[in-house]
Amino acid sequence: MTRLSIKSFKAAGMAVAAALLATGAVAVHADGRSPEYSAARAAGQVGEQQDGYLGVVGSQPQAIVAMVRDLNNKRRAVYTEGAAASKSTVQEYATATACRLLADTKPGEKYQAPDGSWQVRGASLPPRPAGCK
Amino acid sequence: MMLRELTGGVPAATNPAMKGRGDMTLQQEGQRSGRRAVRAARVLMAAGAVGILGGCVNVSAPDKPIVIELNINIRQEVVYRLDAQAAKTIEENKDIF
Repeated sequence: MTRLSIKSFKAAGMAVAAALLATGAVAVHADGRSPEYSAARAAGQVGEQQDGYLGVVGSQPQAIVAMVRDLNNKRRAVYTEGAAASKSTVQEYATATACRLLADTKPGEKYQAPDGSWQVRGASLPPRPAGCK
Repeated sequence: MMLRELTGGVPAATNPAMKGRGDMTLQQEGQRSGRRAVRAARVLMAAGAVGILGGCVNVSAPDKPIVIELNINIRQEVVYRLDAQAAKTIEENKDIF
């Protein structure tokens, strides 16, 4: 009886730990972004472009502009690495990533249409560059 | 005689150019090359006039630097092929995407 209770206690503890780990993992999974970036996305101050880079929607505070520039520089570095590894060009790699990024936008977030206008993501898939899988 | 008729009045081996100027006097030769020089000068002047007046093509250097755009053409089949790698890139760099 005592052994059983200890066992069940242990099991319960492990379950709690697993649940904590899972929620932690989910939190990181859903949002590896900085709170500022997440907020700017949610507010529609920044949006995904057709070329794999972020855009500033309209005129925004300098902090937002600087953040977008920094993120885009980091993106370019990643695209450059990917392009070298896959024997493609940086532009091609960026465009392939844009296909995913546009598809992954959440309803309410902004994306740039091929004509350059900013649109709010609705339920349907946003228009994407040619060649997307 | 037969030969003359066939070659239309220009004897094959006795046309003036081939015959040379052996039968010209020195003075005649001088006059002749002088006339030639005048004619050549006229042709040159005419060519120059055409160049100045109308048929002149002006080539000027562009004021902006010449930029050759490389890799401007995105290959759609490459974009398609890179899908899985792009997904991995996003997965591994969640903070910037």
